[in-house]
Amino acid sequence: MIFPSCKEVSHLVSQGLDRRLGLAERVRLRVHLAICDGCTNFKRQMEFLRRAVKKLESGNF
Amino acid sequence: MEDFRSRVEAERAYLLRYASRQLRDRHAAEDAVQETLLAALAGEAAFAGRSNLRTWLTGILKHKIIDAIRRASREAPAPDPDTSDLESASFDRSGHWVDPPSAWPDPDASLEQSQFFAVLERCLERLPAKTAQAFMMREHLGFETADICKELGVTATHCWVLLYRARAALRECLQANWFQK
Repeated sequence: MIFPSCKEVSHLVSQGLDRRLGLAERVRLRVHLAICDGCTNFKRQMEFLRRAVKKLESGNF
Repeated sequence: MEDFRSRVEAERAYLLRYASRQLRDRHAAEDAVQETLLAALAGEAAFAGRSNLRTWLTGILKHKIIDAIRRASREAPAPDPDTSDLESASFDRSGHWVDPPSAWPDPDASLEQSQFFAVLERCLERLPAKTAQAFMMREHLGFETADICKELGVTATHCWVLLYRARAALRECLQANWFQK
């Protein structure tokens, strides 16, 4: 699908934190994020979550 | 020697919290920490010259945690019951957000507040055990997904889904309990 749903995009965003996405996946993701604020916020929050859990691990807070 | 022992002992509480987040089992966490402290005291010479005691101890603890996870998944390989409700509640039938995520104002300021981490820990505790374990293996122990699947005895697809559910649930929990709408 050239135009993935938000649900599919949210899965791609999560998997992007764990593996290198393929070219087609990256293109679909980028096209969708350019026009979708909800998924853009979701992606930023996923990246924030990773930073937060790293800091939790360090115990320095 | 006495000094080293007391410095190691002072890290016990931190290590116990670390192990508990990962193992979700008080006894298993205490065992892993105890083994770590004993190994550290026996290996004082190996620490000599390193700058950060906590980092060194955490490195030892990670191996003990991995051993404990292996033992546990051999004994009880049953996966969590399906919890796809979250996903079906977040999206309508055509896959659009029911309630699209709104921007969190200045989230990095939260990383300077200890109350934020208390909320994050509570959110982690609410995750189903297997979901939490997959997530912490990825984010704290730095496992690749293929290795998480292997250790937990689940398929690759299931592994992606576990990590996704953990993140989505944590996002919702932080939204509701910290970044109020």
